[in-house]
Amino acid sequence: MTTIDTTDPDAVAKRPVRWHIAVFLAPAVLIYTAVMILPLIETLRLSLFNVVDNQSIFVGFDNFKVLFGDDRWSVSFWNALKNNLVFFLIHMVVQNPIGIALAALLSLPVLRLRGFYRTAIFLPTILSFVIVGFIWKLILSPIWGVAPFLMDLVWMKSFFGPWLGKPASALVTVSLVSVWQNIGIPMMLIYAALLSIPDEVIEAAECDGVTGWSQFFKIKLPLILPTIGIVSILTFVGNFNAFDLVYTMQGALAGPDGSTDILGTFLYRTFFGFQLQVGDRSMGATIATVMFLIILAGVSLYLFVIQRRIRRYQF
Amino acid sequence: MSKARSSVARSGFVHLALGGYTLLALFPIFLVVANSFKARAGIFSAPLQLPNATTFSLIGYQTVLKQGDFLGYFQNSLIVTILSIFLVLLFGAMAAFALSEYRFRGNTMMGLYLALGIMIPIRLGTVAILQGMVATGLVNTLTALILVYTAQGLPLAVFILSEFMRQVSADLKNAGRVDGLSEYTIFFRLVLPLVRPAMATVAVFTMIPIWNDLWFPLILAPSEATKTVTLGAQMFIGQYVTNWNAVLSTLSLAILPVLILYLIFSRQLIRGITAGAVK
Repeated sequence: MTTIDTTDPDAVAKRPVRWHIAVFLAPAVLIYTAVMILPLIETLRLSLFNVVDNQSIFVGFDNFKVLFGDDRWSVSFWNALKNNLVFFLIHMVVQNPIGIALAALLSLPVLRLRGFYRTAIFLPTILSFVIVGFIWKLILSPIWGVAPFLMDLVWMKSFFGPWLGKPASALVTVSLVSVWQNIGIPMMLIYAALLSIPDEVIEAAECDGVTGWSQFFKIKLPLILPTIGIVSILTFVGNFNAFDLVYTMQGALAGPDGSTDILGTFLYRTFFGFQLQVGDRSMGATIATVMFLIILAGVSLYLFVIQRRIRRYQF
Repeated sequence: MSKARSSVARSGFVHLALGGYTLLALFPIFLVVANSFKARAGIFSAPLQLPNATTFSLIGYQTVLKQGDFLGYFQNSLIVTILSIFLVLLFGAMAAFALSEYRFRGNTMMGLYLALGIMIPIRLGTVAILQGMVATGLVNTLTALILVYTAQGLPLAVFILSEFMRQVSADLKNAGRVDGLSEYTIFFRLVLPLVRPAMATVAVFTMIPIWNDLWFPLILAPSEATKTVTLGAQMFIGQYVTNWNAVLSTLSLAILPVLILYLIFSRQLIRGITAGAVK
């Protein structure tokens, strides 16, 4: 801290303007405000306007009424929202428990090959959605036949089907591919949290005869709850603005028959236009605003309700 | 059962589980890279084998290098990623220093304002960003991408770096002030070198989403001259869906640089995550 931080009012009054603070802050604040905050506000504002006869007029919440209630839009919107929820739930139910399990195994004491496992399991996470999407598209392709061949090895060939092409299974398949890619994030964050539990706590538990499974569930799991909270909210935000993987695997139409359409792909088609559909800026801004509100609601719920209820332990 | 035997069984189970998952994580990548070195017949007749004398072929790579301008795409991705990281680190560290070093009115508010972007994705402002880029004539330029990625990376960078800068000893900075160093010299000469490890962590965290992004290149800079590798691969594969050699080679080419960087920096990355940056 600088010496100027005195409580003497005279000193504060005489203090020269500290220009260097402004100089340090200016570039970051300017770029951040101009490229991120102002466009966000402008997008929120645009959702209240619509273009009539080449003129932008204020329409209040009409765009939202159309989005939620007019059949031309609402069918796609509710479908995308429902798919997005399923997408998120599959991540919560599959990705996070497996991530926690892997982290728990990795953090066991005296484990050989620890570094190798850690590096290998995290590898898919750093690849782009485009690469991951195409890799799995090829593997699941009935033309190549790798997936049925592998399933034949475990006598399950009869269960194979063109999952990405069937409306009933496409969304689950895409979600599982996304889980495969992103599992490294919960794994690493929870692994870090497990490592930061002090040895004394574990030793004390061992002295009391609490080991193995019960040690994990009774001692470690309560201690890493705050990290599980962070992982959940990161998953939520990531899932509700996801786009790339669905676009890569199923195209902008998110087929078959819109069964993999999520809010990100719906936003892209709406505001940028696709094939015969012309881009619609106002409706695009409206969808972006809805996504913004969903994410804001999730983050607020986490910050003001969940995070405050979770007990934190200080070591 | 003796204790030693149960522990052998336990460690066997642990390795089975971790090894099994490792296989699941690596196998798809291995499959693509291995088959990219085969002729078409080999890809379909024996997809699980390594390329051998009869199936080995570089035809896929030849097609890709002839048809697509991959070197150009690589160059674009490199320029965008490196310049964005540089700006994020420089501006982010400056702002973090101002927030952690000086007390001034609005300090906390400024910190919260800059932290908003950690949770709210910049994508949601795309409609207005595109409008702004059209208005300023920046569509289809790398500058547009660099600006967007700098804004996207700054919030987390400021957050992490200011945590680290609070730990730099105040005595050191005050000694500098007594010696008559300006605030700028103190920042660049004394503080920056001390937070270098944190800067490396931030750089890796910033790099991955920028290199892999498809959304902004697709919307802001889809022209042939400004395509990034991610977008280039996406469009190229879209065109050559039925040419399996070309598709597999393109994927391998896109994986390779990331893989090499990852193997070099994975320690840094993992140490960064486990150092308690997120607690």
